[in-house]
Amino acid sequence: MTEHYPVLILLVPLFGALLATLLGSERQVACWFTALIALGGSSILAIGNICALLASAEGELRYRMGGWNENSGYEVGIELRIDMLAALVVAAVVIVGFINTIFAKTRVTGEMREKAAFFYALNQLLIVGLCGIVMTNDAFNLYVLIEITSLTSYALIAMGNRRAALSSFNYIIMGTIGASFYLLGVGYLYIKTGTLNIDDIHTVLQSGNLWGDTSITIAFILIMLGLWTKMALFPLHGWLPNAYSYAPGVVGSFMAPLMTKVMVYVMLRIMLWLFGGEYIYSSGLVWGELVIWMSIIAIVAGSFLALARTDIKKMLTYLIVAEVGYMVGGAWLANGAGLAGSMYHILSDAAMTFCLFLAAAIVILRTGDHRLTAFNGLFRSMPLTMIGFTVGGLSMIGLPPTCGFFSKWYLISGGIEAGHWSYVAALLFSSLVNAVIFFRIFERAYFGNLKGVADEQLPDDGDCAPLLTLERVPFSMLIPLFIAGASVLLVGIYNNTLVSWLKAAMPPL
Amino acid sequence: MLEESYLPLITWMVSLLAVPAIMLLRKNPNAREGATFVAAFAKFALVLAMLPAVMAGGVLRFSFGEILPGIPLEFRVDGLGMLFALVASSLWILTTLYAVGYMRGLKEHDQTRFFACFAVSISATIGVAFAGNLFTLYLFYEMLSLSTYPLVTHHGDKAARSGGRTYLSHLLGTSVAFVLPAMIYCWVKSGGDMSFTDGGFLAGKIGAGDGLIVLLAFTLGFAKSGLMPFHSWLPNAMVAPTPVSALLHAVAVVKVGVFCILRVFTGVFGIDTLKDLDITTVVTYIAGFTVITSSLIALTQDNLKRRLAFSTIGQLAYIILGVSFLSANGITGSAMHIAMHAFGKITLFFCAGAIFMATGKKYVSQMVGIGRQMPVTMTAFLLGSLSIIGLPPFGGAWSKWYLFLGALDADQMFMAVILVISSLLNIAYLLPVAVNALFRKPPADSEGIAISGIREAPAACVIPLSITAVAGFVIFLFPDLVFDLAQLLIANG
Repeated sequence: MTEHYPVLILLVPLFGALLATLLGSERQVACWFTALIALGGSSILAIGNICALLASAEGELRYRMGGWNENSGYEVGIELRIDMLAALVVAAVVIVGFINTIFAKTRVTGEMREKAAFFYALNQLLIVGLCGIVMTNDAFNLYVLIEITSLTSYALIAMGNRRAALSSFNYIIMGTIGASFYLLGVGYLYIKTGTLNIDDIHTVLQSGNLWGDTSITIAFILIMLGLWTKMALFPLHGWLPNAYSYAPGVVGSFMAPLMTKVMVYVMLRIMLWLFGGEYIYSSGLVWGELVIWMSIIAIVAGSFLALARTDIKKMLTYLIVAEVGYMVGGAWLANGAGLAGSMYHILSDAAMTFCLFLAAAIVILRTGDHRLTAFNGLFRSMPLTMIGFTVGGLSMIGLPPTCGFFSKWYLISGGIEAGHWSYVAALLFSSLVNAVIFFRIFERAYFGNLKGVADEQLPDDGDCAPLLTLERVPFSMLIPLFIAGASVLLVGIYNNTLVSWLKAAMPPL
Repeated sequence: MLEESYLPLITWMVSLLAVPAIMLLRKNPNAREGATFVAAFAKFALVLAMLPAVMAGGVLRFSFGEILPGIPLEFRVDGLGMLFALVASSLWILTTLYAVGYMRGLKEHDQTRFFACFAVSISATIGVAFAGNLFTLYLFYEMLSLSTYPLVTHHGDKAARSGGRTYLSHLLGTSVAFVLPAMIYCWVKSGGDMSFTDGGFLAGKIGAGDGLIVLLAFTLGFAKSGLMPFHSWLPNAMVAPTPVSALLHAVAVVKVGVFCILRVFTGVFGIDTLKDLDITTVVTYIAGFTVITSSLIALTQDNLKRRLAFSTIGQLAYIILGVSFLSANGITGSAMHIAMHAFGKITLFFCAGAIFMATGKKYVSQMVGIGRQMPVTMTAFLLGSLSIIGLPPFGGAWSKWYLFLGALDADQMFMAVILVISSLLNIAYLLPVAVNALFRKPPADSEGIAISGIREAPAACVIPLSITAVAGFVIFLFPDLVFDLAQLLIANG
């Protein structure tokens, strides 16, 4: 049974998605319940997966889809490959998805009404796509799954407010260009190596000593450009802020923590497992240095842009742009600490972004205001929500014992080991800007005069009326926020364990 | 002689446990303050319970887990930590009494939040005092910055808001920008070890060039020490209610700053390593500059609390100056000055608050002749001033004596002269306040000062300030405890 966990993680929400569509929007609660069961099941399976990995001697699980036999020396069928990094990212995806579904319950009624079933279906499909991306060991299958996530997310974003359609269109254009670049790169690799399996490509590159080959260089550049577009590395970030902030609240709170992070994961996977450390960090390639500078620019620019925003969600989305810079830079520092920091930051950034987006969604819902003025006086009127927001904010600044502190710790130590002081300076600069950003908000919340908190903003009833509320926020929204806040602290306190697992999963540099 | 013990953890936690009690008892102020008192006495008793073991040269240790590779959350009670914990926990009791009188007397709002944040701040202070490694130290250092912010901005008006901004931007900004990278650099250099050890964990692992940068990053980064140029948060933090200024901004917070720097000198680098690398001259000069400049600024301040704040900046720089001499006497003087200055300065702040309560006056120029109305307070002020100036028979004399010896040992004649000049400046900005108040008649047109009759602040305020003023004298007669604890630092370092 254990060996089937990887594929079950994918199948359960896939059927959940089908079921939700079949049930239809009239049976909204049933749809919600289906999603809950499916994602909850997946979460348990994902945790089982981690346990199985810890127990296994090889440190990785492989699953051949449909039981394809290898007959020609190369893998022809699609293979899933799960190491600790993949298992943790998958767990993050499904657990965030599960908690977000709890959070979504009352909001879906308010925001989407007749589209509720589609939301649940698409959301589960998106999760299937993301998990598939993380687990697949096939470069072309990866492309297909990227497209699945893209298509579902276009639709989900377009469900938002008036401006969502345009932002979604913008995202389609950029996303398609990015995916095409990736596909083109995979094409080059296939021509050169005759296989699509990531491990096999690596073996052929090595045995044929194809490193100096121009087409391989071009393939690498194309794939990276494609992925950077998808992960919104500055200056390819243009699509992200509008898409995530005009999307429906519950869609934004799921996508913002995960989509870019999964793309960072894909970048790491391509870098370390497909091409291999000896190629990408070799002295022959000068772009290692160049990419770090790009990441520095991304960090600085993202921080400045976030500082300039007065819209809560816009501000948070620009912070994501800066955080992507953290991870890309860490991955290219070419040492264990930097890579560990980059991998760990995938998890820690997911936790804190999730926490902040949930809190922001509650604040926007309760105050009816999407600007920073919404926070005025909130420490008094909504202390519980503000505690959640504060934990996320302190983590963004990087104060112990939140996870943001520890990811900075590993990233900075990577920068110091690599002697890359400008990257270290950029991280510190971003911490300071984040401190300004968040303390500006805390100050408002602490001093600001309370605005009339709009009562009519409470999600309106039907069969989804919240049973219990605190601060006029349904429990189904507060509890997810608390879980997210607790995870920010737990991921922080257990950083040592997580990083030692991640380091074990790292291929030798 | 390392001894595993839960006492450091419990001591640290006592005041934290008081927080939920304070919150729950918010409807009943007497019970609420009772909770604070219980925690304060319990904390002091627990610190005392650890004293014999530490005096015997032992070190109590508690460690938990492994937060970062090779780095647990670690408490380690040695002489220096014990000295600081004794000062902070004993003064917390008095400050609590004073705060009750002050906050109720002025009918302050949000007293529950005030006492809760106060308790958290004390926990953080003890956490710093007992921190066994650099990471633990940093954790509680930041906790202290955050937990004191609501106290500084307690009044919630425009001045409080801008004071709070300066406060956080200076304290948080410097710690993130300087201490964090320096700490991680140490971690990388030392191969993952950050425990404060006798002789320093960086000994032999760092060169003069990067050593100097790391040392400066720590010295400037721990901006709670009020070292120039990152000192301006302290005068601005004086917008806080006076009990906060008294305990936190004369004792706990600022001394956490100098304590951290002392730890860096003795536990991170080690005195011998610093001697070999010969990199502390810069710190000596920065501290010397701060001593003189802050005293000169203090002369020009009419607002009493601000004058005291600049005086604090100067006195803290003494401590850094003393340790930067790298001589046994200098370090003894530094460690002793943590305690001596605390008793003197908290007296002065208590007095400033009492004057404000009884007469509503904040400015030195308004306080002429005020001694007729408040003889006890102003006498205490005089005693506190004498202790700060460093005249016998008051505690401050001992620490200044050793600091001066330290300067001579290190052949720093110039700095010895600076110490003398600074003491003269102390006289110039402190003594006139007390002398004018006690021995001159109030001007005829003065309002608010009773010409005849004694009208002191409430007893809850007057008692603590009398105790601390007398303590400054007692500690001159019996400096053994402070001296012995300070000596432990030399013996081990």
